[in-house]
Amino acid sequence: MSVAGPDPKREAAESTHVESRPQMNIVIVGHVDHGKSTLVGRLLADTGSLPQGKLDKVKRECARTGKPFEYAFLLDALEDEQDQGITIDTARCFFKTAARDYIIIDAPGHIEFLKNMISGAARAEAALLMIDAKEGVRENSRRHGWILGMLGIRQVVVCVNKMDLVGYSQAAFDAIEKEYRAFLTGIGAVSPKAFVPIAAITGENLTQRSQAMGWYRGDTVLDMLDGFAKQPPKIALPLRMPVQAIYKFTEHGDDRRVIAGRIETGKVQVGDEVVFSPSNKSATIRSIEGFNAAPRASIEAGWSTGFTLSEEIYVTRGEVMSHKAHAPMVGTRFRANLIWLGRTPMTQGRDYKLKLHTSAIPVRIRKLNKVLDASRLDGELAKDHVGRHDVADVVLETAKPIAFDLSRENDGTGRFVIVDGYDVAGGGIIVESVTDEQDTLRSEARMRDFSWIPGGVTAAERAQRNGHRAALVMFLGKPQVGKHRYARALEKALFDDGKNPYLLDGTNVLLGVDHDLSAEATQDELVRRFGEVAYLILNAGAIVVSTTNAIGMADYGAVQALIGGNPSIAVEVDPTGRSTAACDLRIKGTESEAEVIAKVVTLLKQRQVFSA
Amino acid sequence: MDHLDQLEQQSVFILREAYRHFDRLCMLWSIGKDSTVLLWLARKAFLGHVPFPLVHIDTSYKLPEMIAYRDRLAMEYKLTMIVGQDAASIAAGNTFPATKDLPADDPRKLTRKQCCGLLKSGALKATLHGSGVRKRLDLATGKYEIEPDSEPYTGVIVGARADEEGSRSKERYFSPRDKNNAWDVGDQPPEFWNQFKTDFAPNTHVRIHPLLDWTELNIWEYIKREAIPTVSLYYDQGDGKRYRSLGCGPCQSPIDSTSRNVDDIIAELKSGALKNIAERGGRAQDQEGRGGLEDLRKDGYM
Ligand SMILES: Nc1nc2c(ncn2[C@@H]2O[C@H](COP(=O)(O)OP(=O)(O)O)[C@@H](O)[C@H]2O)c(=O)[nH]1
Repeated sequence: MSVAGPDPKREAAESTHVESRPQMNIVIVGHVDHGKSTLVGRLLADTGSLPQGKLDKVKRECARTGKPFEYAFLLDALEDEQDQGITIDTARCFFKTAARDYIIIDAPGHIEFLKNMISGAARAEAALLMIDAKEGVRENSRRHGWILGMLGIRQVVVCVNKMDLVGYSQAAFDAIEKEYRAFLTGIGAVSPKAFVPIAAITGENLTQRSQAMGWYRGDTVLDMLDGFAKQPPKIALPLRMPVQAIYKFTEHGDDRRVIAGRIETGKVQVGDEVVFSPSNKSATIRSIEGFNAAPRASIEAGWSTGFTLSEEIYVTRGEVMSHKAHAPMVGTRFRANLIWLGRTPMTQGRDYKLKLHTSAIPVRIRKLNKVLDASRLDGELAKDHVGRHDVADVVLETAKPIAFDLSRENDGTGRFVIVDGYDVAGGGIIVESVTDEQDTLRSEARMRDFSWIPGGVTAAERAQRNGHRAALVMFLGKPQVGKHRYARALEKALFDDGKNPYLLDGTNVLLGVDHDLSAEATQDELVRRFGEVAYLILNAGAIVVSTTNAIGMADYGAVQALIGGNPSIAVEVDPTGRSTAACDLRIKGTESEAEVIAKVVTLLKQRQVFSA
Repeated sequence: MDHLDQLEQQSVFILREAYRHFDRLCMLWSIGKDSTVLLWLARKAFLGHVPFPLVHIDTSYKLPEMIAYRDRLAMEYKLTMIVGQDAASIAAGNTFPATKDLPADDPRKLTRKQCCGLLKSGALKATLHGSGVRKRLDLATGKYEIEPDSEPYTGVIVGARADEEGSRSKERYFSPRDKNNAWDVGDQPPEFWNQFKTDFAPNTHVRIHPLLDWTELNIWEYIKREAIPTVSLYYDQGDGKRYRSLGCGPCQSPIDSTSRNVDDIIAELKSGALKNIAERGGRAQDQEGRGGLEDLRKDGYM
């Protein structure tokens, strides 16, 4: 063998055009021993997809050890599996038909391996669900049916297997179809495209019509597979691009600031005005960025891409880019269906981490509507927690507002996982949005921001001049605890440090802006006006330091809803030491001003308001 | 969007997730076709940049052309190129090639697998952990210098494909490894949709597999489409032989094939001519004993 010189070989291929064959991921699920491995092994053998001699080798090995041959052995690439005699993980097998290439994910039927079944099924575009004709519908037939529905797999064919054991009886087949369809309808899951009577072991109705079951008029399993439609990218839906990262690779003279992410649905073009939720910031698409790709003026669902914007706006990972007219929902509460896989049950009052599209945020169960055993899904379990492998209907509450959609409208932004400690312990879909106290204000703020008339100076330019972004620091607490003293000191310290702070005293808002309000004016209106005033000053680029007795801890959420994506810090002054309200910093009122200032400055730096 | 686009876009998404979640991220680069495609995908994901180090484990038995190619691309792409090696075993002659002519019962004699255990798995473990010497290519001089950074890497991007070999088909996109680099195949975290395992306990690390869904054919199709430079060892130079998978000189053998360029290889793969030959069939260590690569992988092999 000759070894060429050190030059990397650049292929001088005439054209770079490649005609790649279409491919589909399918998953095979069902109760343990209902014949998944046999079906896969048989499909591989019958489509000529096995390496030569492999089948014979396994058969010989079985003969040698005196074990009856099983197709499962063929698939068991791993020692662990052979030792335990069950398929542990989602093994992948490749086979092809004239129409396309397939990856089969053989998902384990054993309950212990439910998380593997889910991992396999979550990547599939279509599913075959196996039911043993003799044993009938079992726990995991039901559990897997529910999971396929939750995972959003709409193309399902049920194979009623081992028909040889029931004398190829049509009545037995019909009874199973009837029972299983009724079950799926009962749980509101997708109805399967078809039921096929098969005997995987002999290949009846797999690739060839069965002689033994002349009464069956439908397609073979292989024809059904070829009949599954490839899901096209969802271009017709409204634009959704969860922000994955903001890239600024300054090396080698690159000065692009790129908003990167994958477009889940819809399309967008250069020149489009887009908004980011939940911050409501908007900008115009200036360019679509890529590498070793032709420049493009528009891009659509399915692409992991990046954009530069006409204006440098401050957006972060977890926001969702959309068009104004069709923005996602924003809120802190939603109803969800979830499945729990964690060893420790999911309990109320405990904080978990929610990962939804690219956002990650603390979450709690607000309400446990019901807990079901996913293998029966009939009666409710009288439980106050969600145990391992249970399915639940819950209302979840996030620590801060996030952007989302209902999963039936847009599954890329409507499904989530829950992390407990270091592990993904559950996953689910959003079925309904649930209002929270701030909804009205939040939509008011959104309308306001969407119609906002920008000035000639951008927020980024102001931040550049000021050396910091705008931010709100609110001192909250009972009267006479020293809020004003700290606020004044903070304003002065920031000012002396060259920053642009402004002390917004609530009393001043009451004196002027609220002058027309009668004494009975609702607290809500006072808070709303205060928030809007703060927002105007924030838009001028200042660090607003506020102190007010008119607004308490309870109103802080309302103020936050009104100030859009501006960072805010709540400092509670609580001499009693008994408050448990959510805040960013709690002090007693006995601390020195310098100490409090230092702490607030640290928080401001953490929020990237300024760095020095 | 065709199938190659879909594969590419998913890989880019995975790479970006990895970059976001791991401060201490690196990518293993074996110089082979898969990890070179992976490197290319990183440039796609990060708009021409590669914002993390590339790690290569040099067993000293790699063919010289591979090393020259590595350094050349590293300079051209301005990579942070880190090389690790079990220099002690190599110097002591503690390897399969150095001991293969010893009598069978000589205690110093090493099997191929034991040699892989030292020069690859062991060196990799030490390099990732930072306990082994890391050398870094100085882009100004083209020379390797000792790298002062010895912090462990917590995210390791690897170019494994599921179709390559049985055990790799069990991997997740994000697969945790414990502090001994061990892989608990039977107890892996669930992977729902595109939500990956990105939280990890101290002292553990996560292997990230952006190429899991690619096949050997897809790799070559992509090399063609993107005109990615590859080592000429993959092509028949006129003697009717070429390498299908690249490893160490003493433990690999070429296959019979007259494919002289990417188009030929694509045609060869499509024709099914290689269907009955395992892709790693030329890698002798896989053939030693039961378990083969699976044993090596559980112990931290790539
Ligand atoms: N009689 C009969 N047995 C079958 C058929 N298909 C599978 N089996 C047997 O059912 C058992 C379980 O099958 P297997 O494919 O391992 O099930 P899995 O657990 O779902 O993968 C094995 O002993 C198979 O040989 C069939 O069509 N007829």
